[in-house]
Amino acid sequence: MLLSITRVLTGANDLTSTGTMSAAFGLAVPIGLAGLGGLWSERAGVANIGLEGMMILGTFGAGLAGWQYGVWAGLITAIIFGAVGGLLFGLATVTFGVDQIVAGTAINILGLGLTQFLAKLLFTTAPGGGATQSPPIFGMLPAISIPVISDPLTSLQEKSWFLVSDVAGVVSGLFYQLSLLTIITVILFMLTKWILWHTAFGLRLRSAGENPWAAESLGIKVNLYKYFAVTMSGGLAGLAGAYLAIVATGVYRGGQTAGRGYIGLATMIFGNWRPGGTAVGATVFGYIDTLQLRDDANIRGLVLFGSLLILSLAGFIFKSGRRNTALAFLILGVVLGMAFLSTSVFPPEVAQIAPYLTTLIVLATAAQRLRPPSADGIPYRKGDHS
Amino acid sequence: MSVKRIGDTLLAPILALIIALIVTSAILLAFGADIAEVFGAMWSYGTRPNSIVLILNLATAYYLSAVAVAIGFKMNLFNIGVNGQYLLGAMVAAAVAGQLSLPGIISLPITILVAMLVGAGWAGIAAWLKVSRGVSEVISTIMLNFIALGIISYTIIRTGIGKDIAVNVRGTKLIPESGWMPGFKIPGAANEVYGFTLVAVAIGVGYWFLLNRTTFGFDLRASGMSPSAASASGVNSRRMTVYTMLISGAIAGLVALPDLLGDSHTYTLNFPSGFGFTGIAIALIGRNNPIGIAFGALLWGFLDTTSAQLDLIGVPQEIVTILQGVTVLAVVIAYEIARRNKIREQQQEVGRALTEKSNIL
Repeated sequence: MLLSITRVLTGANDLTSTGTMSAAFGLAVPIGLAGLGGLWSERAGVANIGLEGMMILGTFGAGLAGWQYGVWAGLITAIIFGAVGGLLFGLATVTFGVDQIVAGTAINILGLGLTQFLAKLLFTTAPGGGATQSPPIFGMLPAISIPVISDPLTSLQEKSWFLVSDVAGVVSGLFYQLSLLTIITVILFMLTKWILWHTAFGLRLRSAGENPWAAESLGIKVNLYKYFAVTMSGGLAGLAGAYLAIVATGVYRGGQTAGRGYIGLATMIFGNWRPGGTAVGATVFGYIDTLQLRDDANIRGLVLFGSLLILSLAGFIFKSGRRNTALAFLILGVVLGMAFLSTSVFPPEVAQIAPYLTTLIVLATAAQRLRPPSADGIPYRKGDHS
Repeated sequence: MSVKRIGDTLLAPILALIIALIVTSAILLAFGADIAEVFGAMWSYGTRPNSIVLILNLATAYYLSAVAVAIGFKMNLFNIGVNGQYLLGAMVAAAVAGQLSLPGIISLPITILVAMLVGAGWAGIAAWLKVSRGVSEVISTIMLNFIALGIISYTIIRTGIGKDIAVNVRGTKLIPESGWMPGFKIPGAANEVYGFTLVAVAIGVGYWFLLNRTTFGFDLRASGMSPSAASASGVNSRRMTVYTMLISGAIAGLVALPDLLGDSHTYTLNFPSGFGFTGIAIALIGRNNPIGIAFGALLWGFLDTTSAQLDLIGVPQEIVTILQGVTVLAVVIAYEIARRNKIREQQQEVGRALTEKSNIL
């Protein structure tokens, strides 16, 4: 609704077009997968800033196996490489009880160094490869388009009718040229929700992140669950890397992840350590990411959208009685609105920093209401209670 | 006793380095490289006078970054934001210094002060978020790093502060020669050691003094070891958090100045980034100790300066990054095991003392 008002006011028709929405959902996939990886690990009480390194391992794995044995081998190898990174992370944090942030930093250094080293050794002499780039990955993952749904909606969207066209654009974007990995991602989100919140296994895993001492006293092998969680986390980060290498570009390229591991982490926090929230966060960040690749008018639209969104949030918050927060939101919204009115062209940097700024603002205004797992980030040693 | 203590302290990093060397040698062997040739090439290049100057210059920046991280570590604050703090500090300082046409004795302190203020200000946001909104500094500094990059690229590319320095290179206005920091020569070398190296040494001494000879340092270490005990004895932990973060940020603001004042004299988008993460690694292996960090910085400087030689003999230079990554991981694991052994020893000692006492009774 707000989006469609914004579109009409700014005339940035691309804001909700099928192309934009489809690209947004595409960019949301790697961010969402990384966020989901973070969620698994942190739900078991292991804060994971090594996601970026594991994701890099994934992109490399995809490139390494992908150019020789095709996409499917690339996909599997990426998951395995990421999972191995996760295992190593588990060895340091779970078995040796090293500070988790420190270990994560080490994994990031190691992942980067290892892949750059191997890429230079293995890809330089390969046909079509280079020191920082793998030869093209051959084959394609099946992309699914449901023309019965997306075609009529696309034509509807092109009419630029208020609201109707916008909804049509969003929905047809969802069904247009859907990569298999996108579908898998959606399924993984639902599976995670089900496993972690609706099975005994998930309850045990989460108890390792909430109160490992109590969990251990109930006979749960906390360290085993933590190992499982960080390996899963690495595998998901690896899959995120695979998406970048296989679907988004078709090659492994150095620096391809571009900090998406960190955005994934931000997404998870934005989503309050829950799959649903993480998915929403990933979509929002993917959307912002898309707009910066498209034309400048969209970024102006984005600013107005942000302003309207924040103003309406201010209204809600005011109703719920928290006046100070509401006032802060009101001021922020007005400032953004004035920025919109006074500037005709916004630089792409606005969209570049938007995800990070959003996360900071969410943290600043809602940190007290976010609920991370209680024992998140605390090294756990079997037998000693601290 | 004290010899044993020094031995214990050195054991962990040396052991970690050996493990890292073994791991990297194994990787090199697996790809059929000649290990003696690899390390020989690094050593023979790294011990030339010219290379020593390069190593010292690089180590200066690393040292500053590591001290900035270490001071946070001392009270369990994780400043991952050194990267953003130093890049932003360097850009603003370069822009300001470019406008100054004053004698060096006035303009240099101004440049340094500006860099420190900007670094501290950027870190201050994270400090404020932590004490007033309860936001973990780990997350906020990561976000602030990316935001700083966005601000910098906007400023350099799209505002009047950025100028075309050369073909396809945009940067701040060149700092007039009076605002450069003179370097000095070592025997046999053609190039100069940055004058800022001496500033870094001073910062190291100041860091040591602050921690070990002032009330503030005592409170800081106490808060780091036991926040509850510190606050029970009247230490205001919020204030400590803010001050520590501000000092850390101020030192971080200096990281790029050796290069800026000694060599490049302009801030461009190609400015070396990533020193913040290097600083974390070095602070860890140096165990937050000013002298330990100095060794770490020199080691890292040596590795990074000499690694380029490896490409010439057909070994990817990134093997050095692997070596560094393994060292860090091995070092923190070694420290953790050493820490636990120490606790166990102490417990056994207490146990022994207690049983002896009960025997007497």
